[in-house]
Amino acid sequence: MQFGIMSVSDITRDPISGVTPTEAERIANIVAIAVKAEEVGLDAFAIGEHHNPPFFSSSPTTLLAHVAALTERLIVTTSTTLITTNDPVRIAEEYAMLQHLSGGRMDLMLGRGNTAPVYPWFGQDIRQGLPLALENYNLLHRLWREDVVDWEGSFRTPLQGFTSVPRPLDDVPPFVWHGSIRTPEIAEQAAFYGNGYFANNIFWPKDHYKRLIDFYRQRFEHYGHGTAKQAIVGLGGQAFIGKTSQEAKAQFRPYFDEAPVYGHGPTMEEFSQTTPLSVGSVQEVIDKTLTFQETFGDYQRQLFLVDHAGMPVGMVLDQLELLGGEVVPVLRRELDKRRDPEAAEAPTHASLVKAKYGGAEPRQPRPNANRGDNVTGSSPYQDSDAEVTASYPAL
Amino acid sequence: MTASLSLVVVNAGVSDPSSTKLLADRASARVRALGQARGREITTTTIDLRDVLPELPAALASQHFGERFTRAIAALVDADGIIAAAPVYKAGVSGLFTSFFQVLDNDLLIGKPTVLAATAGTARHALVVDEEMRSLFAYLRTLTVPTSLFAATEDWRDKALMGRIDRAALELVLLMESGFAKAVRDESWQHYPHEFGSAGGTQTGIDLESDLMRLATGGSTRTNKPGHPEGAP
Repeated sequence: MQFGIMSVSDITRDPISGVTPTEAERIANIVAIAVKAEEVGLDAFAIGEHHNPPFFSSSPTTLLAHVAALTERLIVTTSTTLITTNDPVRIAEEYAMLQHLSGGRMDLMLGRGNTAPVYPWFGQDIRQGLPLALENYNLLHRLWREDVVDWEGSFRTPLQGFTSVPRPLDDVPPFVWHGSIRTPEIAEQAAFYGNGYFANNIFWPKDHYKRLIDFYRQRFEHYGHGTAKQAIVGLGGQAFIGKTSQEAKAQFRPYFDEAPVYGHGPTMEEFSQTTPLSVGSVQEVIDKTLTFQETFGDYQRQLFLVDHAGMPVGMVLDQLELLGGEVVPVLRRELDKRRDPEAAEAPTHASLVKAKYGGAEPRQPRPNANRGDNVTGSSPYQDSDAEVTASYPAL
Repeated sequence: MTASLSLVVVNAGVSDPSSTKLLADRASARVRALGQARGREITTTTIDLRDVLPELPAALASQHFGERFTRAIAALVDADGIIAAAPVYKAGVSGLFTSFFQVLDNDLLIGKPTVLAATAGTARHALVVDEEMRSLFAYLRTLTVPTSLFAATEDWRDKALMGRIDRAALELVLLMESGFAKAVRDESWQHYPHEFGSAGGTQTGIDLESDLMRLATGGSTRTNKPGHPEGAP
C-alpha cells in the first residue's frame, strides 16, 4: 500500500493574509512540499497538469525530474497527465526520460481534463475528448512496447516507422493509472490493458464510484490480468488534520470557504458528511480514511490533497508532519491487518521488472548507428530481429 | 384493484399559504379522486422546493446533492406522474423551479406524464406556463399533458379554473395508466443518450459493444477508406 499526496498546482490567494503567492514562490514551495513528503515517510508525490492561470504545472516531467533528483525513495507521479491535449508521442518520450532519470521511481496517471478552453489551444475539440483519450492511450501503449511503430488513427498525424526514445528503463514501460470518476470506457481501457484505475474520491456519491471500481475489477479479471481482488485501484481523498477536531475545523474553514473546488456551495460540515473530506483530529482522519477500504475493497494507493486553496506552505508542511507522522503509520498497520492475502501489492518499477524478466537481466537497448530513418529495414536496436521490417501504413 | 401509481408534486411556491401549492394540491386531489373512481390507487409525494433551497447552491455549483435533494430525486425516479407547479415572478418562471429541474439528469424524467401549473399575480403572465415551462419539459422529454394550468389572482373566483384542473387531471391519469414511461424505458431506452449513473443513479447498464468500447480495448473507430481495407499495407 502506497500513501502520498497530490497537488493540483493552484496558486490561490491565502484568505487569511490576503496574499497571492507569486508563481516563483509557489513553484519553490511545491518542491519543498514534495521533498517533505519523502521526509515524513510518504511514498508518492503527484502533480497535476494545467495550461491556464492560476495553475503553474504545465510541465510535470520537468518538476518531477527535479523532485526525483532531490529525493531517494519517493515515487513521482501525476494527477493527472492530459491524455487528450498532449501528443501521446511526447508523453511517451517525456515520461520515459523521467523514468530513466528517476531510476524507475515514477509512474503516471492519465486524465482527460475538463477545462473546455484548453482543448482548442492544442488543436483539439472537447466534444471528442473521450475518443481522443482512448485512441491516444492505445498509441502510447504501443510506443512503449514496440521499438518501431506504424500507426494511423482519427486524431493524430499517422506514424511511419517511428521509434520513441529513450526506450523505457529496462524496457519496462512506466506503470499507468487511468483516472476517471464517471466514464465506463476509461475503466474498461484500464482493465483491458491491466493498468491501474484511479478515482479522485473528492466528490461522491460513493455508490457511483463503487460501481465503476467494481466494474473495473470485474473487467480486469475478464481480461485475464488476475482476479478482481488483484486489480490495481488508487483513491484520492482530502484531509485537514488538527491536534483536536475543533482546531482542525477552525484552521481549515477559511480555506474551505474560499476554495474554488467547492464552488462556494455546501458548508464544510455538509461536505464532510457527504464526501470523503475529513477535517478533524488524527483519529477522525484515520477513521474516515479506513472507510474507503471498507467501501471500495483493498486498494494500492492513497493520495491526499493537502496543499490547495491558498494554504501557506508552512501550514502544508505541518499537515505533512501530522499525515506522515501520525495518520499514515496507523493506516498502514490497520490496512495491512485487513488486507486480503490475495490483494495485489502496489506496482513499482522493481515489481514490474521482476514480473517481466523473473530473475533474468533486463533488456538494455543499444541503438544501431544512425541511418536517418526507421522506415526501411529492420529495428533500430542492435538486439532486435533483423528480419522484422517496418512497413508503411496505408494513408 | 391493480397496482397503485405514484404521483409526485413538485411545488416551487415559497410562501405559506402559497397559491402555487394550492393549485398543485387541487390538481393532485383531483388526480387521486379520478384514480379512485377508476379503481386505481394513487399515492402522492410532495416535494416543496423551499425545503431543498439550502442545498441548491451546492447542486448548481458542483453537482453536489444533499440529503433532501437525494430524496427528491429518488421520488422522481419512482414517479408514474408529475405535477410541476411554479409561481411566475417578473414575467418568468421562478428561478428556484427552473434551477431544480436544470440540475436533474437529462434522462431522469423521460416519458413521465406531467401536468404543468403556474400561478401569477396578473393574467398577463398567462403564457409563461406554455412558452417557458413547456419548452423546459420538452427538453426533459416528459410527456406533458395537453392542458396546462394557470391561475392568476382573478382565476381563483372563476369556476373555469376547476374545469381546467379536472381536464388536466384526467389527462394525467389516462397517461399514467397507459404505462407509457415504463414502455419507453423497457423498449427504447437505449435510443436516448445516457451517461453512466444518470437517470437518478439508475442508469448503470454498460454497453460493451459500442464503438467507444472497441476503441477502449485497442480497436479503432476509423472508417476504412475505399481501396484500403483494414490491415492492408
